[in-house]
Amino acid sequence: MNPLSFQFLSTVRLGMKSLMLHKLRSALTMLGIIFGVCSVIAMLAIGEGASYAAQEEIKKLGSDNIILRSLKPAEDAKLAGLGRGGTIDYGLTYQDGARIQSTIPGVRRVLPVRIIRENVLFGPNSVPCQVLGTLPFYPEIVGLDVVRGRFLTETDERNMDNVCVLTVGLAQRLFPYQDPLDHSVKVDSFYYRVVGLVREQNLPEHRTQQGVMEGEPLDNNVYVPLSVSRTRFGEVLIRRSAGGFEAEKVELHQLTVQMNDTAAVETADPQIKTLLGRFHSRNDYEIVVPLQLLRQAEQTKRIFNVVLGSIAAISLLVGGIGIMNIMLATVTERTREIGVRRALGAKRRDITLQFLVETVVLSVGGGLIGVALGVITPIVVSQLTDMKTIVTLWSVLLAFGISGAVGIVFGLYPAKAAAQLDPIEALRHE
Amino acid sequence: MPPPDSIIQFQGIEKRYDLGGEAEVRALRGVDLTVHAGAYVAIMGPSGSGKSTMLNLIGCLDRPTAGLYSLGGTDVSSMPDDELSEARGRMIGFIFQSYNLIAQLTVIENIQVPLIYQGRDIRAYQEHCAKLADMVGLSDRLHHRPNQLSGGQQQRVAIARSLVNDPLLILADEPTGNLDSRTGAEVLDMIDRLNASGKTIVLVTHDHKVAERAHRVLHMKDGLIEREVINRPAPRANGQPASSV
Ligand SMILES: Nc1ncnc2c1ncn2[C@@H]1O[C@H](COP(=O)(O)OP(=O)(O)O)[C@@H](O)[C@H]1O
Ligand SMILES: [Mg+2]
Repeated sequence: MNPLSFQFLSTVRLGMKSLMLHKLRSALTMLGIIFGVCSVIAMLAIGEGASYAAQEEIKKLGSDNIILRSLKPAEDAKLAGLGRGGTIDYGLTYQDGARIQSTIPGVRRVLPVRIIRENVLFGPNSVPCQVLGTLPFYPEIVGLDVVRGRFLTETDERNMDNVCVLTVGLAQRLFPYQDPLDHSVKVDSFYYRVVGLVREQNLPEHRTQQGVMEGEPLDNNVYVPLSVSRTRFGEVLIRRSAGGFEAEKVELHQLTVQMNDTAAVETADPQIKTLLGRFHSRNDYEIVVPLQLLRQAEQTKRIFNVVLGSIAAISLLVGGIGIMNIMLATVTERTREIGVRRALGAKRRDITLQFLVETVVLSVGGGLIGVALGVITPIVVSQLTDMKTIVTLWSVLLAFGISGAVGIVFGLYPAKAAAQLDPIEALRHE
Repeated sequence: MPPPDSIIQFQGIEKRYDLGGEAEVRALRGVDLTVHAGAYVAIMGPSGSGKSTMLNLIGCLDRPTAGLYSLGGTDVSSMPDDELSEARGRMIGFIFQSYNLIAQLTVIENIQVPLIYQGRDIRAYQEHCAKLADMVGLSDRLHHRPNQLSGGQQQRVAIARSLVNDPLLILADEPTGNLDSRTGAEVLDMIDRLNASGKTIVLVTHDHKVAERAHRVLHMKDGLIEREVINRPAPRANGQPASSV
């Protein structure tokens, strides 16, 4: 080891010794930095985890998709409450799908979905489910894994075959002991032959235009060809509810417009609004643009980070002020020692370095403990709640870096003050 | 040029303290003084006469307002702060009335402090420091802290510390002021032995018994050396200040 680095090491050791002389005081001084660093890392980890989860959700919707959903208009919802009204007619139509496909530039394809809430039966088992009438390319747009057998085909659609595909969860409930393939399940008054089992990568949102679901699991889906859904269930859906029943006429519950690429999404969004606006006098549908949601989520995250960063900066600032306060007290308390050291040959910069090292040892020590706690805290949070947390390297480096910087910035003044003391005055100090 | 064996050479040294406005304290008013290598000088005088100011100037803790001060042949009267620190550490050993050991360091570490500020690698001086501790009779206390030692023991650590850089000059401001007469005498005996082995000593005291041990006694009054008493002739060193202890 060369003498210079040895000398530096002895200065560090000396600083630690001085700090150890007042263990409680040093520990309390470090607390500010410990909490600051810990909270920065932990908060950023929780924020990062939350935004990651949100972004994953949105990405699953597909960033090149525009999703249209039928929505029961507010006026009609009130009307329905009265009971035996007439048939409520709202929502997206086949026509809408065709118009979008033919007039909006950049559209690759349009996936229509009808969603009917029914019970599906096999033998004595009856399970509430959603019957989704849709087209064969549904899996490519929504993200669906075929676990067994196959999904719906063009032939099914053309021939209006009474076939269906079940989600795995539903199949397990309906067929606890049997292989569901090639058995027929009953929905309403028709039988459908099971041709495949699938797993949705992205479970459909809880919300349909029908409002609240009665708590059944989300993967209870029965997929049938769109043509079959249309003919077997008809356009008018009757819904029994407490105090009567209501009838609604909804052609399609959802249209997923897949664009050629992500770039086309943003121009198409207002065009679709304009187009549909011409044919829908009421507000009976909503548009969800995953790409915009993604952008918003990123924007939110940025704001979140800035807010967190400010809070962190403030807490570290407070920690720094605490350190500075203690160091100023220390300098006063050790004035005599400073005088002695000066008499024994210490230059001003030796004194500066000595006190600066003490501050940096305090803040970096606090920083290290803070990092340890800051990494552990999110893990504990993840264990106790089901919140996802991600500790990023940059947050650790940032927090640690700031703690070091705080030590230098807030240590410099007391250290300089110590070095400026007149040796004679300092020696006379009681 | 002063003769090579004169360690301290004061020429018309003045020290004024500006108290703001017209007020001014003239702590030293043109002092001339020569101290040769190997001398043992005591400074006496009433309180406020300028003894400490003089010792501080000799010790390079301060600069004179006017006059020339050459220490060991080097003009230090207008040295910049860093060089003055360096000169202090290299050429001067201090012994204070209240020992002034560093509380968080052990005996051996206290002895090493002046080495650190000379940029020395203290690992190479372990034996040297241990020898000094032995010389002051503290070889069994190397790892004690100052608060575990008696006043006399602390002052002996301070003596060892003052010697570690092998200085030209040992300065002592009332070194026995805080000690009882018996331990005080022990410390003074030790200083006598240092002088006998060739170290130059300048000592401030109120005590005539202490001053009797010196070759020369300077009596100060109102910032001037009022009179000087020669107790016995100083051994004239042969040009070189004594170095070995
Ligand atoms: N820092 C200072 N500021 C103003 N006056 C001082 C200062 N230091 C010493 N003095 C004055 O200088 C004079 C000599 O002081 P000092 O050398 O301490 O005397 P002694 O040590 O002989 O008692 C005194 O009048 C004292 O008040
Ligand atoms: Mg005095």
